[in-house]
Parts: sequence; structure tokens; C-alpha cells
Amino acid sequence: MTQTSSGPGSGPGFGPDLVEVFGPSQQDGGPELIQLLTPEGERVHHPEFDMDFSEEELRGFYRDMVLTRRIDTEATALQRHGELGIWAQLLGQEAAQIGAGRALRPQDYVFPTYREHGVAYCKGVDPLSLLGLFRGVDQGSWNPDDNNFGLYTIVIGAQCLHATGYAMGMQRDGVVGTGDPDRDAAVIAHFGDGASSQGDVNEAFIFAASYNAPVVFFCQNNQWAISEPIERQTRIPLYQRALGFGFPGVRVDGNDVLASYAVTKAALQRARDGQGPTLVEAYTYRMGAHTTTDDPTRYRLSDDVEHWKLKDPIARLEVYLRRNGLVDDDFISGVQEEAKQLGAHLREGCKALPDPQPLSMFDHVYAEMTDELAAQRDGFAEYLDSFEGARS
Amino acid sequence: MTKITLAKGLNMGLRKAMEDDPKVLIMGEDVGKLGGVFRITDGLQKDFGEDRVIDSPLAESGIVGTAVGMALRGYRPVVEIQFDGFVYPAYDQIVCQVAKMHFRSMGKSRMPMVIRIPFGGGIGAVEHHSESPEAQFAHTPGLKVVACSNPVDGYWMIQQAIASDDPVIFLEPKRQYHADKAELDESATPEPLWASRVVRQGSDCTVLAYGPTVKTAMQAAEAAAGDGVSIEVIDLRTLSPLDMAPVYDSVRRTGRAVVTHEAHVNLGMGAEVASRITEECFYSLEAPVLRVGGFDTPYPPSRIEEDFLPDLDRLLDAVDRTMSF
Repeated sequence: MTQTSSGPGSGPGFGPDLVEVFGPSQQDGGPELIQLLTPEGERVHHPEFDMDFSEEELRGFYRDMVLTRRIDTEATALQRHGELGIWAQLLGQEAAQIGAGRALRPQDYVFPTYREHGVAYCKGVDPLSLLGLFRGVDQGSWNPDDNNFGLYTIVIGAQCLHATGYAMGMQRDGVVGTGDPDRDAAVIAHFGDGASSQGDVNEAFIFAASYNAPVVFFCQNNQWAISEPIERQTRIPLYQRALGFGFPGVRVDGNDVLASYAVTKAALQRARDGQGPTLVEAYTYRMGAHTTTDDPTRYRLSDDVEHWKLKDPIARLEVYLRRNGLVDDDFISGVQEEAKQLGAHLREGCKALPDPQPLSMFDHVYAEMTDELAAQRDGFAEYLDSFEGARS
Repeated sequence: MTKITLAKGLNMGLRKAMEDDPKVLIMGEDVGKLGGVFRITDGLQKDFGEDRVIDSPLAESGIVGTAVGMALRGYRPVVEIQFDGFVYPAYDQIVCQVAKMHFRSMGKSRMPMVIRIPFGGGIGAVEHHSESPEAQFAHTPGLKVVACSNPVDGYWMIQQAIASDDPVIFLEPKRQYHADKAELDESATPEPLWASRVVRQGSDCTVLAYGPTVKTAMQAAEAAAGDGVSIEVIDLRTLSPLDMAPVYDSVRRTGRAVVTHEAHVNLGMGAEVASRITEECFYSLEAPVLRVGGFDTPYPPSRIEEDFLPDLDRLLDAVDRTMSF
């Protein structure tokens, strides 16, 4: 795990050796980790990012995380039952996503990967519409502009450039740095530790820095890119990369919904105020497989997973809420009941999603249909009709 | 009426598009103060400002990827790829994102983007500066691909491409930029963008060309006329979609066709055009459809590029072969 012995930093004139980035001192995120709620459910304070939360907000975070986890477990079960072709699980990343999602204002715009089910939920996208892509009936059925939530992006990192360009559009629309809280807007680009190696992510950093674009780069470092550990992607903590691009970066405890919320809120406000991009590294862990087709037992130790189980984002908030008398059993069972109903909505809705008609593949290839594609479609329609004729 | 070069026609067309629609933006490397390495955007930043004519960092995927975001925000970005051989870093964004966004969103998002690419050889350049990547984009559903061949088309076609709600790969024959001049009548009504055009009538053989080879085809037709061979020349103009109806009409009359382009012949536009002619005009053909293009080698060093490029003699040789078949 350690990288120091053969690290490139040593030698006369090149400064000190690299710090032991992946050694024991960094295993829990290191001293720079911003945290407001410990894994034991203890409220701690931070000199820069501390904030007060109302009881309603705290209960809301709990409810959001429980419902998000239900979306995930329900979709995973639907895949096991053959109703979905595949599902990208978010188990363990609920706090990072709800914290980031709830920090958004309605006018802010989200560019997600394919795992931002919790952020989609925060933006008001019906979780059922997330399933279409994974069932194979569509490639994203929601209108991005209805909820300011872009389509899922499978080529990792590509959306970071779209986010940056969208933010540059906001600058040109005069909705940045006006001081009007209902007008000023920002973009959040989601990506993971794996995508941080992509050229597009690094180019997005450069463009955003160069134009001071109002975009927050929100990296959920869940430690794993399918089977490749974070050490394969980086030799320094990811958040420190921001400095090299000329904007601030911070590492937040991605299993702490309060800190994830506080840090993202501050970063978004910086962007809306016209102060440019921020990199937020949400330090978390992918508790499940990469997707339902993956088998993590082939490449990681169950000890690691057990270690992270103790940092569960929902459990720690529940401990805090109960200990401080902010929730009772009625509230908890009410949320459980709501989750059950959401599960039923997904189960029934998923099975009822209609298969698209074959000819629909010709729709929306172009805004203005071409004659040659229309001819191809018509030829295929005739071919299909010839079978129907034979049957009747 | 003014006499203009292709570079001037494109510049005037871009200016007109920017005047007509405040959502039109230009982005690329050196497009601002310098006016682009070929001066196609000359003077536009001075008149429209740095917010609308944007000098970008030197990263093609970044240029196209951020343009996707701008298009999603309601802008109509026109991006300049400095040279054909530099488009490949943006290939993923063009093929996976630009081309598919409208489809993936089931029509809810639009990608009204123009990607301008100076293409083709003949300028004595170093490697990666003389390529013809059109088939790679014409092979991608969701993109439209056009190639202009003359100053007047440059003026109109760039405006029509910008007005299109679909993404357009806009190919400009760079060796023609500052070559021939033509009269532009700005009050004329342009032909549709998605139309090929008969540029010289003839009765013995149809030669199909686009971009830089249109001029070669016209020269070949002139030379052949001296030998008593009447060549009809069609400027394809649009490569995806192809406008084949005028081609079929022509080939049914002449019975012979030769397709020419600078791109490699293997799996090039000529293969598609020849295949379609064979499907539609089989009983009218007096000879197989021939292709004259760049060889299936990497673009060679410039001292021998004239041997690589299809020229008048190779084109006439192909015409002779179809005539004597």
C-alpha cells in the first residue's frame, strides 16, 4: 500500500519525499477530512464549515438517506429477479449524495454519472424513471430541463466538460455573481475516483479554472473503480489536485451527511458568487459491487468492508437523532413505511414499463429527420408488416 | 456584388450568423485576436466580444465537451478544430456525446452545434495537417456532415449549418481558402444545405466530388472535353445525409460514374456512393463505378503529397477505364 520507498519525490533539489498517502495515517481520510458527525454519531465542530441544522433538516436528511437506500436495494432486487439488465449500486454513498443534493437550489444544474440515484431523488426525478436505462427500455427518460438534472453519463468523466460548458453558458446569461439568491446559479459535476484519471475531467478542471466557471466538481471517492483501488488512480489525495489547476479543493467525510451538505453548500455559494470552481472530494466507500454484474470478492478483503460498515452514514445519524431525542420510534417506523411504499412503486412501476416499439429507434436520431433515414425506417416497417401479414 | 475567397465567404457567413442570433458563439484555438490560423474568424472577436468569440485552452475534447454544455444551456456553439488531424482528441465527445444527446434524451435535448474542420491536403504541411476524416463522422448516426467547395457555398452553407438544430461536421477545403475568388450575391436565395448539385453537365460519364476535389473534377471535365468526352460533374456538398437523387438521374443518363475524394479509398465515401449507385442504377450502368482517392497509406510527407492526392490525370485515367470497359 505504501508508496514512499520508490516515490518520485525524493532526491536532491526535488524536495521531500511524498507523504505516505495510502498508509495508516490516511486510512480514515487523514487529518484534513472535514467532519461534523463522527461514525459514532457524535456531533463535532469544524472551524470553517460548521453550521447549525434545524431538527427538521436533520430528520429530513435521515428520511432522504433511508429512501435513497431503498431505491438502491429495490433496484438491486429487481435486477436479481431479471427485471433489470444491470444496476449500479450506491450502497454506502447515501450521505455524500444527499448532502450534495440537498445543498442545491432549484436553479442549480446537475451533471451526474450513472450512480447519482440519491441526487436524482433530491432534484425531484421520479426514481422509477431511473430504471428505464437499466431495464433497457430507454436511455434516460426524464427531461433534463424539468428538474435541472442531466442524463446519466456512462462514458466516465465526459459530463464534467458538459457541466463546465453549461456553467459558461450561465455566465453569459448573467446569472452568476449578481447577489440575488433566487437568480444566481451554479452547476455541480459528479464523478468518481476512477474518472479522475480521465482526460476529460482534467480538461474540465482547466477550462473551469481558465474561465472561472461556476461549477463544483464533486468527486465521490468510493475507493474502487470496479476492481482497481484508488492507489492505481492517484499518488496524492485527490482533493489536492485542485491546487495544481488553480482552484481550491477539500476532502469531506462522504459518509457524514452534515459535512457533505455544509461543504457542498459553501462550494456552490462560491460558484454562484462568481468565485469560480471548487473540487470537493467526498471520501466514502463503495459498500456494494461496482454493478450487479461485478464480484468484489475477487479483488478486495471483507475486512475492509467490515471496517467501513462501522461508518455507515444512516446508522450514525440515527444514533445522533435518537441520543438527542430528535426522533422517536414512530418517526422511524413512519420513514420505514414510506420506504416500503417507494419500494412497491418501483417494483410495480418497473414491471409495467413498456418495451419500446422497434420503429421507435428511428425517432430522435435527428431533430430534422433525413430522407435517407426515413426511407430506411419505412423499408423496415414494410418488412415487419410482411410478417404480420403472414401470420394473419 | 463582391468577389470573395472561400475564407472571406466563411468569415462573412459567420458574421451574419452572429448578427442574426445572439446565441451563436464561436470557440476554438486562436480564433480571437489572431482570427484563427487561417483567419476565418478574423475581426469577429473585436466586433462581438470575448464572451462570444472565445479563445480556448489547447484541448480539443475540452472545446467540444464544453460546447455540448453550452448547447444544453441554449447556445449555438460553432467550434473550430484547428486542423483535421487534431480532431481525434475530441472524437469521443463528438461520437458518444454530440451525436447521441438528442437520441438519448428522446428528443428533449438538442445539439445545435457546428464543428468546423479545415480538411484535405495540398498545402505542403507537416503530418496531421492534411487529413480527410469525413467518413469517420459520416459513419456516425446523429451527426450530419457537409463539405463546401467554393466561396459562395462557404457563405451560405455555414449559415445554414449554424441554423440547423442537429450537430453538423462542417468540412472546409483548406487549400481553397485563399485560392479562387467568386462573385457573391448576398440577396440571392441559397439552395438547401442537404442537396447535391450538378456543377457541369455532360453525357458520357458522371464524376462525383466534394470539397477540394470539385475543382479537380472540373479541370478534368474541361480537359476531357478537348478529347471529345463529355463529363458531368456533381458536387455532393452533403455527405451525411447523402443527396443521391441527382446522382441517380445523372448516372441513368451517362451509364458511368467515378467518385473522387482525397480520403483513403478503403471504406471511404466513394464506397458508399458506389454501392448506392449499384443498388439503384444497376441496369443503367455500362461499367463498374470507380473510385479515385488517396491511397490506403498514412498521409505521406508533403514532398510526395501530389502523388497521393487524386489529380486530374488519375481522374481522367479512371474515366478512360470506364469508357473503355
